[in-house]
Amino acid sequence: MAIFSVYVVNKAGGLIYQLDHYAPRADTEKTFSFPLDLVLRPHDERVVVAFGQRDGIRVGHAVLAINGAEVNGRLTADGKDVLEFLGNPANYPVSIRFGRHRLSSNEKLMLASMFHSLFAIGSQLSPEIGSSGIEMLETDTFKLHCFQTLTGTGRLRARLCGGCHGARPPHASVAAGIKFVVLADPRQAGIDALLRKIYEIYSDFALKNPFYSLEMPIRCELFDQNLKLALEVAEKAGPFGPGS
Amino acid sequence: SRELLVLTYGALVAQLCKDYEKDEDVNTCLDRMGYDIGIRLIDDFLAHSAVKKCCSYSETADMIAQVAFKMYLGVTPSVSCSSAAGNEFSLILDKNPLVDFVEELPAERASLCYCNLLCGVIRGALEMVHLAAEVTFLQDRLKGDAVTEIGITFLRKAEDRKHKRN
Repeated sequence: MAIFSVYVVNKAGGLIYQLDHYAPRADTEKTFSFPLDLVLRPHDERVVVAFGQRDGIRVGHAVLAINGAEVNGRLTADGKDVLEFLGNPANYPVSIRFGRHRLSSNEKLMLASMFHSLFAIGSQLSPEIGSSGIEMLETDTFKLHCFQTLTGTGRLRARLCGGCHGARPPHASVAAGIKFVVLADPRQAGIDALLRKIYEIYSDFALKNPFYSLEMPIRCELFDQNLKLALEVAEKAGPFGPGS
Repeated sequence: SRELLVLTYGALVAQLCKDYEKDEDVNTCLDRMGYDIGIRLIDDFLAHSAVKKCCSYSETADMIAQVAFKMYLGVTPSVSCSSAAGNEFSLILDKNPLVDFVEELPAERASLCYCNLLCGVIRGALEMVHLAAEVTFLQDRLKGDAVTEIGITFLRKAEDRKHKRN
């Protein structure tokens, strides 16, 4: 029963706050002998498992450490290429730690902006006008809840079809507000109330702080503290939600 | 703590009068400060009052009078619509807590809008929910009128005109 993380996206789509509250670290460390029965391949800046799932090592897991020393992207701690190192029988037996890689802050920024755009598209695809946008995204391992405020300084304009000569194509302007996004365990209840509570905490500790500029990254201690408290309260309430 | 707010506000206006000679400057300054407060206060209002989105100007004016004023100043002005087009409203305040300790404006400050901060706050808050409005004092008890009246005129959104062509 856990809340994994909280993201706050500003009206322009930029990430202004992020908190990783609970990360289910499923690291597995094992000793291997040559030849390695897992198939590894490079992906982005990491070496990931492509095939050969076993014993807790899943496809998609990245190489986190070799012989106790953390790898640096595709290079080992001493600067050698990981795949080369693991291809050399002289280096075996070797102990490798696999696990899901943590998102870097750049990746989080990009993903938050992408979500913002998807949210806008979602509101426009709605067959009814005045859609609230994406409120929940459900997967088998987590649920993403999103709450958008009514306020907003900018308007996202999107032309739904290219201009036909003479006719006026329909365009929809979507008022963008601040979005509070919470990723939680699928069984966790009371996230709606939690989102409202986060909005209250934002208005109390971020907006009322005279030194906080709107739309900028939130760096307020009080906001952090109160947010963590609110998350703990919501988690303790468990699958029945608060107040039961 | 209401008294502290009223006293602080009074001290603020007094200081502004010392800083600026012209009444218009003081009024503009108060309005701007109110605007900066309003753009933040709106989120606080929405977070704590959990009201639904307003669908019309009159609903918005009612919301401001009955919920917002009540929440922040403890008074409930009455709302009246003063135009056929339905976009001009006035809020009539019988009791204005901000002027509790003020009898009347000094002679040399005859055109000072003492509570202009309120106008700025309403304007800023409305702008953040995408409603452009002009907010001014129509009547002011401090200037000798019978009641204090704040006029809100909702302006036509500029974006509609921009997209007229193609």
